[in-house]
Amino acid sequence: MAKREVPEINAGSMADIAFLLLIFFLVATTMDVDSGLQRRLPPWIDETTEKPPEIKKRNVFTVLINANNQLLVQNEWGDIRNLRKKAKEFIENPNDDPNLPEKEMIEVPFFGTYPVSKQVISLQNDRGTKYEMYLKVQNELVAAYNELRNELAIKKFGKEYAKLDQKQQDAINQIYPQRISEAEPKNIGGKK
Amino acid sequence: MSKFKQKTKGGSPKISTASLPDVIFMLLFFFMVTTVMRDVELKIKLKLPQDISEAKKIEKKSLVSYIYVGEPKPQFQKIFGTEPRIQLNDAFAKLSDIQSFIEKERAARPESDVPFLTTSLKVDVNTKMGIITDIKQELRKANALKINYSGRTKPKIQ
Repeated sequence: MAKREVPEINAGSMADIAFLLLIFFLVATTMDVDSGLQRRLPPWIDETTEKPPEIKKRNVFTVLINANNQLLVQNEWGDIRNLRKKAKEFIENPNDDPNLPEKEMIEVPFFGTYPVSKQVISLQNDRGTKYEMYLKVQNELVAAYNELRNELAIKKFGKEYAKLDQKQQDAINQIYPQRISEAEPKNIGGKK
Repeated sequence: MSKFKQKTKGGSPKISTASLPDVIFMLLFFFMVTTVMRDVELKIKLKLPQDISEAKKIEKKSLVSYIYVGEPKPQFQKIFGTEPRIQLNDAFAKLSDIQSFIEKERAARPESDVPFLTTSLKVDVNTKMGIITDIKQELRKANALKINYSGRTKPKIQ
């Protein structure tokens, strides 16, 4: 019996086919990953729910943004560049200033009894505020918390906050809990 | 008579292209794996805020529903005007549609995932906060409290 030779398949056009597919996926691809500031909204309050208890004035850090994107920080003209520093000073209250938030001794794992400040940051904006400005302010406030947490992590554990394990992170979160409250919306600036 | 004969005399040897398909296939697989298909067609102008240093990546994309807000693109401005508008999925929507949109998003996912659903707000930088506040109120009513303000960590290279 004669040996039948299998004819060789020409693979020359394989590259073309692969190219075609490649170009399709290149066009269809979106590479960007979605990133952003993750926040939690307060639950809906209707008239029947109880009003939350009043908070002492010294414990609240108020930030107002008006319709012209100007800042009012603790009743003073503010600049977004100084906001982070001011917020950090307020949250930490390093010298136990009586005008800055009070502290409460709380049992925290790894730290023992630790003075934890009762700070709250209140952010209020106008309907006319630009979204960009609002997000920049939010970003600065979150950054203030993150920087403080990082500093504490390095002081205590000698590592950056992001590199700590879950329990250590929780302990630090207990000392610097992120409390950014957003007031119920108001319309002061006039036009929408 | 030397034992080793020079096989080709002069001229450059031909480069084999047999492995070209393999190279292309490798690229192809890379793109196939990293591809996320475009799911919505934007009907609004969207320039996300840049330089948000604390922005974090969203871990699970399947648990995110998107709300787009911004000025309608020129071809839609005749009908929808130039005021910032909400876009849900592929269509413009009203404020009152948000609650039902959230309900639908919840129904489309297994019940165990519902508490982890995040709503990502993709808002154009020039939008005023008024409409955002309204959306936030609607989300609170719908009890969709986990939100994400979409923004980039670094300015986009143009």
